[in-house]
Amino acid sequence: MTIERPDRAHRNPAPRQDNLDPALFGQTPSQTVGPFFHYGLPWKGGADLVGNSDMGARTDLFPPEHYKLNLNPQHALPLGEVIEIAGRVLDGEGAPVPDAMIEIWQANAAGRYASLVDDRTDLPLDPNFIGFGRSATDAGGVWRFKTIRPGPVPGPGNSPQASHIAISVLGRGLLKRLATRLYFADGQGNDLDPILNLVPAERRHTLIATRQDDGVWWLDIVLQGPGETVFFDL
Amino acid sequence: MSLIVPFRDPDAGTPPSRVEDYRSTLLRSPHHRPLAVPQTLSEVTGPADCWDRLMGPALSDLTTQHAGPPIGQRIIVSGRVIDDSGRPVPNTVMEIWQTNAAGRYVHIRDQWDAPLDPNFTGAGRVITDAEGRYRFITVRPGAYPWGNHQNAWRPAHIHLSLLGPAFATRLVTQLYFPDDPLIEIDPIANAVPMPYRQRLVCRFDIATTEPHWALGYLFDIVLKGQDQTPFEDDDHDH
Ligand SMILES: [Fe+2]
Repeated sequence: MTIERPDRAHRNPAPRQDNLDPALFGQTPSQTVGPFFHYGLPWKGGADLVGNSDMGARTDLFPPEHYKLNLNPQHALPLGEVIEIAGRVLDGEGAPVPDAMIEIWQANAAGRYASLVDDRTDLPLDPNFIGFGRSATDAGGVWRFKTIRPGPVPGPGNSPQASHIAISVLGRGLLKRLATRLYFADGQGNDLDPILNLVPAERRHTLIATRQDDGVWWLDIVLQGPGETVFFDL
Repeated sequence: MSLIVPFRDPDAGTPPSRVEDYRSTLLRSPHHRPLAVPQTLSEVTGPADCWDRLMGPALSDLTTQHAGPPIGQRIIVSGRVIDDSGRPVPNTVMEIWQTNAAGRYVHIRDQWDAPLDPNFTGAGRVITDAEGRYRFITVRPGAYPWGNHQNAWRPAHIHLSLLGPAFATRLVTQLYFPDDPLIEIDPIANAVPMPYRQRLVCRFDIATTEPHWALGYLFDIVLKGQDQTPFEDDDHDH
């Protein structure tokens, strides 16, 4: 004779609280991405918001048969000025961080976000531009994106924000995502930008990319210590 | 004019940036407190409805990505993505990565003495449905040693990455399994103060378990939510 189901009345109670306990309900706590995220997160082309290259992935860190991420779908050139942004991630001793990952989120050339929340229908969406990108750092701690220079977007009140790119920093040793921004040294309205103006003047430069001789906009992200990047409370 | 409805602050379960026992945080945690600034359109927006284009189609079965079935205990992980008011977060992406059943990653920097499984990568991706539900199939990951301290072992875990509806809701976390003795002594899990650490422990569920096929576990992910009432961003300072 088989017993269909055990007697549920005699089950032991759960030994301790868990994810579904109503008494614990609240935001899921953040945890580090650790050092082994490269076959799980940064896809080929994740850092190329303009063309169809493999930028962003670290396929040197796992065998090719384990590449299960996106194969960057072909898309046409988005509108606007093509730019390259890059920089290093540095730790508290100035050493490059080779197991970090940078994400960007930005408006298109017209200053419109490809998001339902941005309902400014007077500004065009670009069918070839989402504005989200992801780049693992390389062995020298360098991240790099090819993208479009974003148009200005509105800020609190009637203050326009200068052209900027929102940045997330993730990595081994980072228990929480660090949020920062990239502005451009020649950006119109940087001096009036409502967010930059909340940053102590002597630390403002940590958010402002400068153009190198090769045309790349460069911004090092310093996690700790002298020259520490300004991170925002989010 | 777009409505700016800011997302809530992190709650009491948020870990600090620096945790003495997790050594990698010591040189990588900022000394300055994060700067409080108002959320703008840049923070309350995020990519949506574009996951196939952006990341590729869903990969919800991690056990069918190679020629044969992977070794290990087959499991179903299921739950909802909701906000901290309990509202579902529909059509959002969750990326997944983990070790194989022996505790080994396919990553070349993971060289500890445990076997690789040619039939298991451990990478996946799901999109939540209209009620915020998700479900994926995998094998139960193993524990693995790491160099943090003498005889250090990570409890078995699944890495989960969510963008949520906005730049402000970005979350990367780890799911742990009930009754794992390693959770108690893991510096990463314990970066989250008790009792909130237990939010990261999934629940075995017999109703999710499929007879003669796979054990079921439940795990809800709770993202930052927004206050009920939207307001015009030019009327308020916040
Ligand atoms: Fe891990």
